[in-house]
Amino acid sequence: MHGLAFFLFLIIVALTLVITYFASKRTRTTSEFYTADSSLTGWQNGLAIAGDYMSAASFLGIAGMIALFGFDGFFYSIGFLVAYLVVLYIVAEPLRNLGKYTMADMIAARFDDKKVRGVAALNTISISIFYMIAQLVGAGGLIKLLLGIDYVYSVLIVGVLMTVYVVFGGMTATSWVQIVKAVLLMVGTFIISIIVFAKFDFNLIKMFNEVKTATPLGEAFLNPGNKFKDPLDTISLNLALILGTAGLPHILIRFFTVKDAPTARKSVVYATWIIGIFYVLTIFLGFGAAAFVGYDKIVAANPAGNMAAPLLAEVLGGDFLFAFVSAVAFATILAVVAGLVLSAASAFAHDFYSHILRRGEATEKEQMVAARWASVGVSVLSILLALFAQKMNVAFLVSLAFAVAASANLPIIVLTIFWRRFNTTGAIAGMLVGLFSALLLVFFSPNVWSPEPGAAILVGEPLFKLANPGIVSIPLGFIASIVGTLLSSKNADSKKFDEILVKANTGIKELAN
Amino acid sequence: MAVQERSFENRSAIDYSQIAQSSSFQHLMRAKKNFILPATLFFFVFYFALPVLTSYSNVLNSSAIGPISWAWVFAFAQFIMTWALCMLYSKRAAKFDEIVEQMKQEAKEGGNL
Repeated sequence: MHGLAFFLFLIIVALTLVITYFASKRTRTTSEFYTADSSLTGWQNGLAIAGDYMSAASFLGIAGMIALFGFDGFFYSIGFLVAYLVVLYIVAEPLRNLGKYTMADMIAARFDDKKVRGVAALNTISISIFYMIAQLVGAGGLIKLLLGIDYVYSVLIVGVLMTVYVVFGGMTATSWVQIVKAVLLMVGTFIISIIVFAKFDFNLIKMFNEVKTATPLGEAFLNPGNKFKDPLDTISLNLALILGTAGLPHILIRFFTVKDAPTARKSVVYATWIIGIFYVLTIFLGFGAAAFVGYDKIVAANPAGNMAAPLLAEVLGGDFLFAFVSAVAFATILAVVAGLVLSAASAFAHDFYSHILRRGEATEKEQMVAARWASVGVSVLSILLALFAQKMNVAFLVSLAFAVAASANLPIIVLTIFWRRFNTTGAIAGMLVGLFSALLLVFFSPNVWSPEPGAAILVGEPLFKLANPGIVSIPLGFIASIVGTLLSSKNADSKKFDEILVKANTGIKELAN
Repeated sequence: MAVQERSFENRSAIDYSQIAQSSSFQHLMRAKKNFILPATLFFFVFYFALPVLTSYSNVLNSSAIGPISWAWVFAFAQFIMTWALCMLYSKRAAKFDEIVEQMKQEAKEGGNL
């Protein structure tokens, strides 16, 4: 066990618990629980979005993928970032203007129908849970590698901590854990990148020249096509990356933590700068690991390359930097899972319990109790699932979450804001078709089926050839929404659309003083 | 905006259709559309040009600066594009905010709010 890493883990745990303690004193109403009372500034929310978004998969996964496959790993960095233009241009401001606590609020603002809210909540919960299992499985494996703590205990430690943050500190604690994590992650990444760049005499050309002699791929390392060979699959992945972010519920609920649409916009702009700088630096992490750790050592530690960044830190800065980067990775997992618990729990408590079960008649106190119990329930469920999913491929679960978000949520968000004719039937059809087509296509894909025993979950020829379903399921989500609308006899309420249009674009909601 | 006679009970309701048809709102929607539509089209094309070019051809594999190929240059350009469109949007959006403020003022004077 690495003593120093363990010590830094403890410091981070202590720090986050102090944050939770102070946040818990400020968490008495549902508005404080779900949205930190919409009190965050643009900067704070920008950092929190970055902290919520840069998951262990993107920090450790992309560094490893670039180290092993060169250019192809960088596709993820590009897609994850450019996606924020979709968030900024299309989703963020209308969402802040129309919603209150959850994504379903926004759709329910137009379609006053319990079924629409229910299906929207179902999507939120499915996406959050896939994403959370991925994070917890990753966390378990990572902490086992770093500290030697058994998988089961690692998952339990992370699971208990995330439950404590959310149940006691709500959105305030969750946001501050994300902010602290974003700062730590940026500091760690900056330090490693500077050391790597210094080793190449701050010369990009030298870096590119030397890295290709260091990897088994040689010259090919610098060219695309090492990991993604099927053109359609590459495009499908890119489609899911760029459209998925704008449908991820844990990112969407972050826009309710600021007071108005202009602040929501500012927070996306800050987040885009932070996330962009981070993803540029993934080149230094990946190239550095390829050159100074070496392919064999990276693969020996973890076949997917997840240990590339911590190993690089160890080579460059010894025990301390290794311990620091490991602790940052740990903080990263904590921050992301807390955000996910909150998004799933708010869909359960706010949408299912308060609006559907209690028809909006639950008292503030009952709603708070429901929100806290929902958080405990979501945590327990995902911990149990993560314990069974130990052998599952993490990247597969993350790509599933992105594909479902892009296929089931994004079409509905876009059509709700922009299409006058859109109606309840179309909304429900789009959400269900998007959700189930993404799930089914993934189920029949090479992620699940492989003729080679052990290469995937089941042995056999995949019926659907693409690893990523986006290129089929995203259009299906849109088509189902449109066809459902046109086929149903229900007429869209034009007056209601006027209201949504004005509210979404101006934020005019109530009597001005 | 026309001042409408309203009963007391109705006063708290905002007539959204009336705002939607107002010239200032139409102006706002046009201004937004004129920026967001072409910019979105542009970044989609720019973004997908990279995977399409790298999947179906090798044109980006030739050297741009020494060992750095055009694929990397294009990849970096995606970052520059994202930041640039981000800043451009914030500038434009500040103008959209002004129109909204103006609308709120007009609506208040017109008695709609």
